[in-house]
Amino acid sequence: MNKKIAVLDYGIGNVRSQLNALKYLGVEAILTADQKEILNADAVILPGVGAFKHGMENLEKHGLTPLIKEFIATGRPFLGICLGMQLLFEESDEFGNSNGLGLIKGKIRKLDTENEIGLKLPHIGWTGIEPGPQKDWTGTILNGIAPGTSYYFVHSYAAIPAEQSEILATSQFGNQSFCCAVEKDNIFGTQFHPEKSGEMGLEILKNLIEKIK
Amino acid sequence: MTKTRTRIIARIDVKNEFVIKGIHLEGLRKVGDPIELAKKYYKEGVDEILLMDAVASLYGRNNLFHIIEKACREVFIPITIGGGIRSVDDIDKALKSGADKISLNTQAIKQPDLITKAAEIYGSQCIVASIEAKHKNGWWEAYVDNGREETGINVVEWAQELERLGAGEILLTSVDMEGTKKGFDHALIQEVYSKVGIPVIISGGAGKPEHVIDLAKHVDIDAVAFASILHYNTFGIKEIKEQLISKGMNVRL
Repeated sequence: MNKKIAVLDYGIGNVRSQLNALKYLGVEAILTADQKEILNADAVILPGVGAFKHGMENLEKHGLTPLIKEFIATGRPFLGICLGMQLLFEESDEFGNSNGLGLIKGKIRKLDTENEIGLKLPHIGWTGIEPGPQKDWTGTILNGIAPGTSYYFVHSYAAIPAEQSEILATSQFGNQSFCCAVEKDNIFGTQFHPEKSGEMGLEILKNLIEKIK
Repeated sequence: MTKTRTRIIARIDVKNEFVIKGIHLEGLRKVGDPIELAKKYYKEGVDEILLMDAVASLYGRNNLFHIIEKACREVFIPITIGGGIRSVDDIDKALKSGADKISLNTQAIKQPDLITKAAEIYGSQCIVASIEAKHKNGWWEAYVDNGREETGINVVEWAQELERLGAGEILLTSVDMEGTKKGFDHALIQEVYSKVGIPVIISGGAGKPEHVIDLAKHVDIDAVAFASILHYNTFGIKEIKEQLISKGMNVRL
């Protein structure tokens, strides 16, 4: 039977490329906010662009917050992308303070442009990623990716995880290092867009599909 | 090495179903199929694709939605769509068709609050404000309708205003240099780069990689769009990138 991945539909952003990338890799991809479809999926992706607060409000509005937690409790793979990764954390101060899903300990803060000349926000473009301080990518969603490989980023805020051991990868914004991928049990997050990062991006989605038991 | 990693963008101007290329945005010639070219540039390693409907403002509609729908089934890099986008509803359609960003020019001038409204809903990162600049005596004037209509607006002041309104990026096209393959309008680019804090995509005049290398001596280039030299196979994406890297530029290979 075909593997089935649910992409959560909460009314924000371009999800077509996400669905296309998954279909291209031969899995069934559905855009949904339906309880049954989500809980029956083999893996779930939380996409997202835009502001944290708006994103969180939309998750609530579509009744997705409890469903996400219920799905994660099944142990099946869950991937948050871009804002979808940020929402996994406890809180963000974008447009005033707002709470996130709190599935990973830590906070979301704006990248710093004050202390270095020539840095522009949003951080848009292709940037290399490196393993986190305590991480080996073997067996993770970054399995087989060469450190230094570039991925496509579009963001102004970044995650500051409380646990160093949950930082899967980091990237550089000027001289600042920031967390660009997280892993905690079956929860994964990437600040960059695997679905927009060419062949090496598709490799990450392939790794996610491989994690489906 | 430069601080900013310069993005290399393929600009594909479309009229009806065909990729077209002119000089100074005029005298358009058919050069190929937009979906095939988008796929080709993607496979060659371009960083982004810019799809522009060259005649949309004339006819009051954008014909690219179905093209983008097809292209993004096999092209997994960011795609920006522009031309004839006039409302939040159009932006919504463009994003749902698979575009990651939309570019506004004519409508931004007619209705500046559309930029702000769109940025609030979709985020600044997906709003590219396009400026078509023509050199006047001592200043640059913003044009609309693909370089056909003058507006009396000063390009540099307009760029600053666009940033304030909430645009995430500026696409700066020099109508004077567009299609000439003679190099960039350095004075225009330096002036805009010194006045705005958001990324500026440079378009119009790229004839060979040396043109970019020359410009990089004066400006920390965020992104540069290539059209003619790609469509006419004068240079491939990889060749351009390799030459830029060999001269110390920071580019993704």
